[in-house]
Amino acid sequence: MFDIWREIFQNVTKNKLRSILTGVTVAFSILLFTLLFGVVNGFKNSFMKNFKDDASNAIFIHVGSTSKAYKGFQSGRRIRFENKDYNYIKKQFGDDIEFITGRVFRGEQISYKGNKDRYSIRAVHPDHKFLEVTVMQTGRYITNLDLKKRAKNIVIGRLVEKDLFEGRSALGKQLNLGGINFKVVGVFSDDGGEREERTVYMPITTAQGIYGNNQYIDQFVLSSRKSMSVDEAIAFGKKIENILKARFNIAPNDQSALRMQNMSETNKEVNSFFTILTVFVFVIAFGTLIAGIIGVSNIMVYIVKERTKELGIRKALGAPPSHIISMVLYESVFLTMISGYIGLLLGGLILDWSSELLEDYGILNPSVETSQVVGATLILVVSGAVAGFLPARRAARIKPVVALRAD
Amino acid sequence: MQNKPRDNIFMIKIEQLHKSYPIGKESLHVLKGINLEVKEGEFVSIMGSSGSGKSTMLNIIGLLDDHDKGKYTLDGELIQSMDEVKGAKLRNKFLGFVFQSFNLIAYKNAWENVALPLYYKGVGRKERKIKAMEYLDKVGLKPWANHLPNELSGGQKQRVAIARALVTEPKVILADEPTGALDSETSDSVMKLLRGINDEGMTIVVITHEHDIAELTDRIVLLKDGQILSDEHTSTYNNKIKK
Ligand SMILES: Nc1ncnc2c1ncn2[C@@H]1O[C@H](COP(=O)(O)OP(=O)(O)O)[C@@H](O)[C@H]1O
Ligand SMILES: [Mg+2]
Repeated sequence: MFDIWREIFQNVTKNKLRSILTGVTVAFSILLFTLLFGVVNGFKNSFMKNFKDDASNAIFIHVGSTSKAYKGFQSGRRIRFENKDYNYIKKQFGDDIEFITGRVFRGEQISYKGNKDRYSIRAVHPDHKFLEVTVMQTGRYITNLDLKKRAKNIVIGRLVEKDLFEGRSALGKQLNLGGINFKVVGVFSDDGGEREERTVYMPITTAQGIYGNNQYIDQFVLSSRKSMSVDEAIAFGKKIENILKARFNIAPNDQSALRMQNMSETNKEVNSFFTILTVFVFVIAFGTLIAGIIGVSNIMVYIVKERTKELGIRKALGAPPSHIISMVLYESVFLTMISGYIGLLLGGLILDWSSELLEDYGILNPSVETSQVVGATLILVVSGAVAGFLPARRAARIKPVVALRAD
Repeated sequence: MQNKPRDNIFMIKIEQLHKSYPIGKESLHVLKGINLEVKEGEFVSIMGSSGSGKSTMLNIIGLLDDHDKGKYTLDGELIQSMDEVKGAKLRNKFLGFVFQSFNLIAYKNAWENVALPLYYKGVGRKERKIKAMEYLDKVGLKPWANHLPNELSGGQKQRVAIARALVTEPKVILADEPTGALDSETSDSVMKLLRGINDEGMTIVVITHEHDIAELTDRIVLLKDGQILSDEHTSTYNNKIKK
């Protein structure tokens, strides 16, 4: 066993040109394979990161101004949600809704002792925690009691605490929001990134009271019942849209007065997009590998031809057919594996090296997964064997006298 | 059971051997009923003009090619339609080859070339090298052991090839025009080397078309048009016998 590898090592190293020829073919096809998968993985990574932020069955409802005259109302009318709409939706769709929250957006200067900065404020209902997938680090979230009492309690992001408290705990401390003191009752983290973790939550009723003494709500976020299928969730979103449009006398085809963003719909599109992309990439990657295999096979045919005389000499000296086959086969597998790994390594290095550049193009952390590396390795060994087998068998079958006459 | 010991007298025994090559639709009848017996320890040369079938015959004797008709017995073993696995084993065990064009492997040095048949015999690497060096010494090339074939002269290459043929201690050495590519002085020294090996008891069959070379062996078989024209002892042999 060791002897045959020594023979093959000698063949490979003493016949540099043809080894390099084979090697380059394989390395190049694996390099392409790696780059392709790496870039697609990176593409996926950045897409997935954008969707990690919120619940996958969330539905966002925004309002704006009408763009079409309808039922005696002129276009350009401003639509606003109020608390009664919150109650209405809850009453109408309560059974089909998992969580629901209103949102009021503000931006305020926040200060603690000498430190201050501007942060975005979200005034919300308690369900917001689940819709935004907020993770409490210390303390608690906004509660119904806070809403009832219009309490001046806030929950701050991990980075707000870090900015303003310089590593000390913010829990229980008083913060100054644009001149009004609020008490920190909780600190949270969020997978959605730095922007999310520089956000401050307060009870929606408190914000309504302080910032205008009204009942306005900027936006609703709700999630459909978990047991709904994707298609049901999409239909559910449409149903809410129709009913709300009727309630506010908005033309059914008005795109700007009421805008729905249904994550189920987006996810479905993204998923089918990635399915298509994955299939596409597999086809290309497969094609690349096949091209590589054919390349190696061709070179092996050439190598066997070029070496016919040598194989004839070996036969005359007593090499059995099985030895000729395994010699060609092992050499093929050996070359494919070594150069395949070089291609893989090179691909990995290029991805690593260009990952910063690629990030600008929406490709995040491009890399190949272990399973893909293992898969590629297996494919390499098998393809090396396949590529080598036919020429090997042909070589083994040549009569020694014919092989010796070659040149 | 009665026939067996009688066959064993001969290292090589050929009866009514025929061989044709297909050429397109036609077939070229090259060997037309050859009968030949070679005893153990004989030193035989086969002569004949170019195309008379010398190589064809030697290739069949060497199990490099198969024959169409007739009976061929090598060291008492009847050779039938050639099974490559068995053929390889028999070649490795019984036969040593020397070719006109040396047929050394270009990327292996002298001792590695000599050691190659031992590899197919299943001998370990250390012993292979010891044996190879021993036989290189025998042909006077021990100092050249680590040289590649293209660093050796024609005569030296042929000596390496002879060492390689000998290394497995075969029963028969088959040489197809071993001096065909050498000048006359080198040819003589190669023939002397073969003679020395024959003196140690080795059976040798050499093809040549030079009468001077053939005269250095013990027996000349003359082929013409695929048939044996004559089969006589040389004066070398007769002188040896007289002494
Ligand atoms: N493989 C082959 N196919 C066809 N013809 C062949 C083949 N080998 C040899 N011959 C022909 O057979 C004849 C004898 O060849 P060979 O035995 O090599 O002659 P020699 O060695 O005596 O010169 C020649 O005419 C040659 O052309
Ligand atoms: Mg010839």
